[in-house]
Order: sequence, then structure tokens, then C-alpha cells
Amino acid sequence: MHIPDGYLSPQTCVIMYTACIPFWVMSGRRLRRKLNSRLVPLLSIFSAFSFVVMMFNIPVPGGTTTHAIGSVLMAILLGPWAAVTGISVALLIQALFFGDGGILSFGANAFNMAVVMPFAGYYVYRFLNLTRPKTPVRQALNAAVAGYVGINAAAFVTAIELGVQPLFFKALDGTPLYCPYGLAQTIPAMLFAHLTVGGIAEAVVTGGVLLFLRRSMPEIIVDLKIEAVA
Amino acid sequence: MAMDFVGKTLLDTTRAIEQSVFQLDLSSEDGFLQGLDPRAKVICFLLLLLLTAFSKGLWMMFSTYLLTVALAMASRIPLGFFIKRVWLFIPLFTGLIALPALFNIVTPGDSIWTLVVFNSPISFGPFEFPAYLAITQQGLTTAAMLILRVAVSVSLAILLVLTTRWMDLLRALSILKVPQVVILVTAMTYRYIHLFLRNLENMLLARKSRQFAPSAMKDQHGWISSRLGALVAKSYHLSTEVHLAMVSRGWSGTPKGLEQFHFKAKDAVSVAVAFILFSSEILFDKIY
Repeated sequence: MHIPDGYLSPQTCVIMYTACIPFWVMSGRRLRRKLNSRLVPLLSIFSAFSFVVMMFNIPVPGGTTTHAIGSVLMAILLGPWAAVTGISVALLIQALFFGDGGILSFGANAFNMAVVMPFAGYYVYRFLNLTRPKTPVRQALNAAVAGYVGINAAAFVTAIELGVQPLFFKALDGTPLYCPYGLAQTIPAMLFAHLTVGGIAEAVVTGGVLLFLRRSMPEIIVDLKIEAVA
Repeated sequence: MAMDFVGKTLLDTTRAIEQSVFQLDLSSEDGFLQGLDPRAKVICFLLLLLLTAFSKGLWMMFSTYLLTVALAMASRIPLGFFIKRVWLFIPLFTGLIALPALFNIVTPGDSIWTLVVFNSPISFGPFEFPAYLAITQQGLTTAAMLILRVAVSVSLAILLVLTTRWMDLLRALSILKVPQVVILVTAMTYRYIHLFLRNLENMLLARKSRQFAPSAMKDQHGWISSRLGALVAKSYHLSTEVHLAMVSRGWSGTPKGLEQFHFKAKDAVSVAVAFILFSSEILFDKIY
């Protein structure tokens, strides 16, 4: 899901940075209003947590492992606006210090995983929770579905960003300059990988962690709800 | 025997810790890039990254790659390590992704090597494939462009990170109008990542040392969820303690930075050279 530099044209990178700016500004404003002096330590530590989530290899059926992102989990626990900044910081560190995802394409990666994913997942979770009863298992299942939908929404947007490259950015002889695959190839490829493997990992992490917290440490969910920036 | 999820995660965790320690060593060397003002370096590398992104020809990208190798040598970065770090990563990810682009089914064009000839064109649902499978000239150029562009971009990012102390790099981001509070959050996150990576390492080692038979996937998922859940609780308590520690030391919610950078003549020259290279690329593209 992390797009390295070289796959997107610089024009696309600028558009994606621009698309992120209103979300970063709005997230910053809401966080500052709500958390004030607690903002820096709370966000820093939860960004570090989301980095660790991305590090975990989650076993999936078929004998392989994959990574989850944790954006929907963070959006459910701390609110989607906190997830925007928290996941963006984790992605920035991954891009700058660990070479996961590019520097020019950071805007696109942040839009996909720190904007689209937490908002899509969070509102799916809210929608599913409208119906009762809200048992821990039911809520965990709702969270798992939200995680699954969230990562697939992000994968779909990623596929569009990659798939439009050969349409708009070609050399004079027609050779694609960046990602060579069109929408007909990127959308099925990205969605197949995430509907089957990536989505399962995200569902396991989002639903599993929420179930564990509801059963073993329900007070943490209550405490985090007070801090949440929805 | 294939490595299980515990082994794989342990390996990733150790690599991440190792990488940041090695990074710290190289950023303290007495080389050319280490001697530049971090703000000048950020501007230079952004210009070179943009140059690479705008490049429309292989030769331009190759020249930029040679420049990164020269810069690595001038900055006392072990050449073998630098080249290996880029070229071990590229074939694994971008190489695999670029592979289908070689063939006429993805990139139609002049065939240079026909691999298979079928009796007639093949249709598969809405997809139509030609009667032969061949590597095309255009496909070769497309794949080479993608691989080289990614390789040069990765080389530039590695050079910047290896030759700059992480705190300096973050503070230099203020030149791009990144707010102070974001820089502070990122710096603290980086520090706590190390603590959490150690925590994760201990959890994984504890499981590995107690496990003598493969476990069912349901148990593995349960274990991962419980460990991540425990980390959520730890994160919350830790953030409360860190906040109290910060408040007791006078933290009011507004970060104050110490400006210690000195912009020297060689920084100005480096920025000028990067700017000239970038402009000539843009100009060159317009002319041809």
C-alpha cells in the first residue's frame, strides 16, 4: 500500500499533498482545541503504537503473512481526526527514516491511509453500531468489518492514483513515464490483494484488539473515549 | 523451514533497530553531506528528487544515480552498503511489479523477443490478448524507466537520512513550513518507536521461547490482538505519565525550538547547483 517515489508523477504528488492539507489543518485545530497540553505526548505515543501495528506480520489463510495498517483501530479508539495526524506522523517516519513509501508520494500515502481509511472505517463502524445489541463480540465484529472496508477503500483510491498515470503522463513516443498499468489492471490487482489477504489482517487487528480491550480492560476504552477527537 | 509470523516480525523489528543505530553512526562521520546545513540539504534533495520525478529519459536518471554514488563516496558512506541497500530492495518490489510491463499484453509495441505463439488471439471475459506473447522495445523502456526512477529516488532518500542526524532533519523541516508542533510530535514518536520496538521484541522472544509446537491460526490472531491491546493500554498510561512529567517541567502546550543552524557559503553553492540542475532538466524537456 505504501507507494514509493517513482510510481506517481510529480503533478499527482502535488495534487495529493494539496488534498491532504485541509484534513491536516482541520485535524490540528480540533486536536489543539480538545487536548491542549496533552496533545503532544498522547499523539506521539499513539503514533509510535501505530508504527508497531504496521510492523506486525499477521498470519492469513494460505500460509503467508501480511501487514495491517491500524488506521481504523486508531479512528475507533481516538476518533478519526486524531487518526489523521497520528497515522500521518507514523507514515512520515516510515518514509523518512525507514524508506517505506516515498517522500514526494508521502501526500498520496497519507491521503490513502491517514484520511480515506480512518474516515471510511470509522463511519462504517458508527453505522453498524446503530443497531442493537452492543455486546463486546458484536462490536468487535462491527470493528472487524469496518477495518476490512477501510483498507479496501484505501486500496481502491491507491489503485486509481496508480491507474491514471499512463493515461496522463507519457513520453512523446507513448511510453508510460511512471506506473505503467492502467485502471483496468491496477483496480483488480489492488482489490484482489486486499479483499483476500490485506482485508483479513486489518479485520483481525481492528476487531481482535477491540474485543480484547472490551473484555480485559474496558476502562481504557472509556478513558480513550474522553480523549477522542471525533 | 518457512519462518512463522513471530520469526518474521522479530526479524523486521531487529532490522528497524539496527538500521537506526547504523544511521546514527554514519551521520556523525566527517563527510561532505554531513557538513552541509540540514536546511540546505533538505532543499537540495527535494530539488534532486523533483529532477528525478520530472526526468523523461533514461540517461538523465542514470546521470543522477551516478551523482548519488559520487555524493555517497564524498560522504564516507561504504559504497558496497549504499549500492546493496538500494539494489537489494528494488528487484524484490519494483522489479516484480515492472515485470509484466515488459510484455506486449501490457505494453504493446515493437517485439524484440517472441516467447510464445498461440493459434489465435485469446479472449478472457472482457479482456482480449494478442496471438503471441513477446517482450517489446517499449515494454523494456517502460520497465527500465520505472526501476531506475525508483532506484534513484530511494538512493536520494537514503543519502539524506544517512548523513543527517534525525533531530536535525526534523528541525530542518521547519523550512518547508511544517509547524513546530508536528516536528515535536514526530521527534517524540521516533523516540517512543524505539521503546515500543524493544517491547515488541521482548513479547516476541517470550512467545518464541515458550512455544514448542505450531499453534492454530485462531490462537495466533488471539495472541497478536491481546499483545496489541496491551500496548494500547501501555500507550495510554505512558502518555499520561509523560504529559505529567512535561507539565512539571514547565510544558504549556507550545513548543519552543532552539535555532542552532548556520548557513554557510558551501550551503548556498550546493543549493544553487541543485537548482541549476533542476532548472536545466525542466528547460531541456521544454526544448525537446
